[in-house]
Amino acid sequence: MEREEKFIGSLSRQFGAYSLLVLGAVISLMPLYWLVMTSLRPAGAEFTYPPEWIPSSFHPENYAIAWNRAPFWIFTFNSVLVTFLATLGTILTAAMAAYAFARIPFYGRNVWFALTLSTMMLPWAVTLIPRFLLFKYLTLLDSLWPLFLPFWFGGGAFYIFLIRQFIMTLPLEMEEAAVVDGASRLRIFLLITMPLTKPAVAAVGVFSFIHHWNDFMGPLIFTNREETRTLALGLRYFGDEQFTEFRLIMAVATVMLVPVLVVFFAANKYFVSGVALSGLAGR
Amino acid sequence: MADAVPLGVSSPVPTKKPKWSRKAKSDNLAGYLFLAPWVLGFLGFTVGPMLASGYLSLTKYSGFGSAKWVAFQNYDKIFQDNLFYTALYNTSYYALLGVPAQLIVALYLAVLLNMKVRHVNLFRTVYYIPTVTPAVANVFLWVWIFNLDFGLINSLLRLVGISPVNWLWDPQIVKPALILMSLWSVGQQMVIFLAALQGVSEELLEAASIDGANDFRRFISITIPLISPVIFLNLIIGIINLFQTFTVAFIATNGGPINSSLFYVLYIYRKGFESFSMGYASGLAWILFMIILVITAIQFYLSRNWVYYESGGAPS
Repeated sequence: MEREEKFIGSLSRQFGAYSLLVLGAVISLMPLYWLVMTSLRPAGAEFTYPPEWIPSSFHPENYAIAWNRAPFWIFTFNSVLVTFLATLGTILTAAMAAYAFARIPFYGRNVWFALTLSTMMLPWAVTLIPRFLLFKYLTLLDSLWPLFLPFWFGGGAFYIFLIRQFIMTLPLEMEEAAVVDGASRLRIFLLITMPLTKPAVAAVGVFSFIHHWNDFMGPLIFTNREETRTLALGLRYFGDEQFTEFRLIMAVATVMLVPVLVVFFAANKYFVSGVALSGLAGR
Repeated sequence: MADAVPLGVSSPVPTKKPKWSRKAKSDNLAGYLFLAPWVLGFLGFTVGPMLASGYLSLTKYSGFGSAKWVAFQNYDKIFQDNLFYTALYNTSYYALLGVPAQLIVALYLAVLLNMKVRHVNLFRTVYYIPTVTPAVANVFLWVWIFNLDFGLINSLLRLVGISPVNWLWDPQIVKPALILMSLWSVGQQMVIFLAALQGVSEELLEAASIDGANDFRRFISITIPLISPVIFLNLIIGIINLFQTFTVAFIATNGGPINSSLFYVLYIYRKGFESFSMGYASGLAWILFMIILVITAIQFYLSRNWVYYESGGAPS
């Protein structure tokens, strides 16, 4: 009898939780639904009262119009290139630093680790102007270099920390066996540690991919010419006429969203586990 | 900066005395080789620019030609600049209200997503999607949601008979509106909270419910203290991030109406990259750095009273 009550109690609780989750999911997805729908609306019908949940007619040609309005193929290529190079550099160099912090007992390690963590608390706004001047001095302004080069230097403290914490949880046996077999540090890192670190690396990869794909301020500061624009900045192409061309903005935004969602779903199973296992939870 | 390690990081290998064995030598070499990219980046893209920014703040510099030494003139001017105070007020308002709101929403969502219900993995993914939406697209979308005549929120308000609100174009309302908007993409904090909640010991929670504690009581007395290091982490990072809000204000309102969403970094951008007063902008940036440093230090000091570290591994 008591057991049955408990069962019903947990059932109604499950139902309550489930309803709450569905409500939250609707709120999460509703603006995205609107984004996609607006990208398909007829010209001039972006703004109506009351809001039209389903467009009166569908206009997939909005995508072609948007892509022909500006050199969006170039913007797309730039975005892909920058995101790929920056993410690659981040993963590689952050993992190297993380490996050193987790596994190599070198002199001054704790000091460097504390310094690394403390950079998370530095406001990037302080380094913005000197970085701009640095790239100006190197005559790399108005190129894609400033958008990915800095990320080949460790990628960022948060990423180093995440991977380092993850490596700390890995058993040492395999690496020790490899040392006995005479393998070098580099071989151990590349062939043993890196493959085992996949969840954390995947999480860092997704974070980095999303960051660079969506980055707005970097391209705004460092690039000016049309040939060096990225998609995120290209969205502003319609900025001046945002109220007449809203559907075109939304078409570009929809296209931008697709690779992010693909990457996110593909790496999803690593995502929470990569963050969770890294011991970010504070223990 | 040992205090900068709030995360229960323990280092199993004690630093050796500098009396090198052959193994220690090779470890040092290997260590610094692996760390080399990061060390170079740290010096070239962080320490160097920080110092350069400090120097520039004492000069008059347009970005062209050479910088002219003016000592503390920029700072004198900044402290008499009304827009500086406006930007500081707007940013503090946004950060001090926005961070707690974001943390509460993120923690609430994480608790929901930590329940044992069906399809919870699907929900975790869906709840994170707003965070991966490109910020620019996000902002344009919310410009519509907040639109006076056609926007979603006002349409809903009309349905229930409330007169529409001019969200983004009312100086009194624009900052709360932007905070509301930021609550839609708290996925990052949510994931970190979720990871922490998954580490909370089931046994402790069960023991408490045997002792008769209800859900709410268990959450307050067990879960919150156990995840307090992560709350602290999110708080620190949240304040630093919101003090540097830029894109939202730049695209949605461009600082308006009447400078009521002129945020600090937007003001730095205008001074540095629109009026080419790079010395002045560097001064503004250094003041921001000092403010963030002080706030972070105060938070570390206060954290002793409420952040609980489970094992002895964390700094006291």
